[in-house]
Amino acid sequence: MGDYLVLFPLIVPLFFAILSLFAWRAITWQRVLAVAGTLILFSSGLALLDVVTREGIRTVQIGNWPPPYGISLVVDAFSALMVVIAGGLAVLIAIFSLGSMDEARLRYGFYPLFFVLLMGVCGAFITGDIFNLYVWFEVMLMASFVLIALGGERAQLEGALKYVILNLLSSALFLSATAVLYSLTGTLNMADLSIRLRTTIAPDLVTTVAVMYLIAFSIKAAVFPLFFWLPASYHTPPVTVTALFSGLLTKVGVYALIRVFTLLFLADVAFTHTLILVLGGFTMVTGVLGAAAQYDIRRLLSFHIISQIGYLLMGLGLFSQPALAATLYFMAHVIIAKAVLFLIAEVMYRMGGSFDLRHLGGFYQAYPWLALGFLLPALSLAGIPPLSGFFGKLALVQAGLAQGQFGIVSVSLAVSLLTLFSMTKIWNEGFWKPAPKELRPLSGSMGQRVALILPIALMGLITLGLGLGAEPVYAFAEQAAAQLLDPGAYVAAVIGGLP
Amino acid sequence: MTLALALLIGVLFTIALYLMMRRNLVKVLIGLIILSNAINLFIFTLGRLVRGRPPLIPAGETALQPPYADPLPQALILTAIVISFGVTAFAIALMRQAYQVLGTSDLNELRDTDIQPRYHPDYHHAESEEEGH
Repeated sequence: MGDYLVLFPLIVPLFFAILSLFAWRAITWQRVLAVAGTLILFSSGLALLDVVTREGIRTVQIGNWPPPYGISLVVDAFSALMVVIAGGLAVLIAIFSLGSMDEARLRYGFYPLFFVLLMGVCGAFITGDIFNLYVWFEVMLMASFVLIALGGERAQLEGALKYVILNLLSSALFLSATAVLYSLTGTLNMADLSIRLRTTIAPDLVTTVAVMYLIAFSIKAAVFPLFFWLPASYHTPPVTVTALFSGLLTKVGVYALIRVFTLLFLADVAFTHTLILVLGGFTMVTGVLGAAAQYDIRRLLSFHIISQIGYLLMGLGLFSQPALAATLYFMAHVIIAKAVLFLIAEVMYRMGGSFDLRHLGGFYQAYPWLALGFLLPALSLAGIPPLSGFFGKLALVQAGLAQGQFGIVSVSLAVSLLTLFSMTKIWNEGFWKPAPKELRPLSGSMGQRVALILPIALMGLITLGLGLGAEPVYAFAEQAAAQLLDPGAYVAAVIGGLP
Repeated sequence: MTLALALLIGVLFTIALYLMMRRNLVKVLIGLIILSNAINLFIFTLGRLVRGRPPLIPAGETALQPPYADPLPQALILTAIVISFGVTAFAIALMRQAYQVLGTSDLNELRDTDIQPRYHPDYHHAESEEEGH
């Protein structure tokens, strides 16, 4: 039974995507399905996490082809963690969408696309085959293309063009790199690749392929200097969609980077991982400096996504168990903290009538609870104890100091300060200063208002919980990081019997 | 044969990337289409070209004798063709819609989402219009 559980993160979103298509005209049913489906996805993710923690890496061979000939699905602690986070975020976004998504977009298939996107994301997390990873990327991209353009507003179409073209270029690179990898090794199964790349005849070519993957995934993850599509497109769709994208899409890019650079490309760690570390540093700095210049909350937060990606790369670049554990913990923290800030931006828009900070204000006086809801994730992102961001950054900094990487440590601390600065800017402009015009209370029925506020409250509690309960979460992250650093265990679990 | 294909792939990649850097959206789109075909040929060539040796086990044998044409790259290409077909169809529809709504196919004019509205030449104009309502 435990092994069939591996299939759930794929089957559940697929099944619910089809069900929502059947309920095309029945919006109410689609809403019910959205919440039910994401809850089931989340709970199957939790069950998977439990199995993986107790019994180690689980695998399923599709079509019962013996590995490495068929497609393997592999769930290790890292994959399971990502599925749980994705599922949890999906539940909260599904609830938020009940109150925030407009009727027109719902009529044109928002929920089916939402589930297809989740299927692509979860597929990317659990596949053990590099070409299959490409296919899941495309599933996810296709759904995201439609989601970003759905509604067809001017800005959306323009943002979608940039998003589509650059992401297709990145997919093209990914596919080319995979072709070279296949011709080098004659296999696509990641476990098999891991063995063969260790004894390859052309180590230089492997490093070239590694850098091709680095570029392809860096475009998806919005890493410096390839991030320009993100602030040009992420603020254009409805905030519900932006929050979903910010939580999942760039993080799938980071997931893919972590996967291939812990399992496959270990031939020249001194070169590739140092490169990642340097890129991480630049990503942090450019992201946060870009944010400092923004007045539109959505654009400001979009730049912050980039900055936080830098921290995730920092852990991968340091490439030690504490650093990777810190990255995984940070991933859980940043996905939630980032998404909730976007949701708050939507609520502020509904009350204040603008996304522009200069036209907002007075929220602290009128709605202190909303101000608290903002303050928790904002301070958490900046790294104020006892919130989750503090522990993530503390662990990263400690790992960096332990390895004597003082450069990246000082950059990360300075960027923290700048993060605090731009969060203070939102606070001063949006919450503290007197309202330039009267704030309206949230419109809509009681149910809609609850749907808008409940996810924000829950995510605030999660941020607080991740911080106060850092010990068990971090212990799990350490276990997952140990697994990542032991490719032998991954190979043994997939291929079996081999060292 | 491999050399000829390698040169062809190189030329196709060059054309594709050149077109993708043009300002005209239609040229970018054609660049994307050529790029996906260039990659398909790339996968095909990297799978090692073998003439007249289909991957079939002859009667009486139990295993394939190399050299034989590897079927896997062809399966990959098939998948990639299907995906790029879908993606291209979407891209064409999106560009058509964008051209109709935005009224231009010049990428240099599509800068509304890149820069701060404040620095946009039409910003003050738009602002005063808003207040006028």
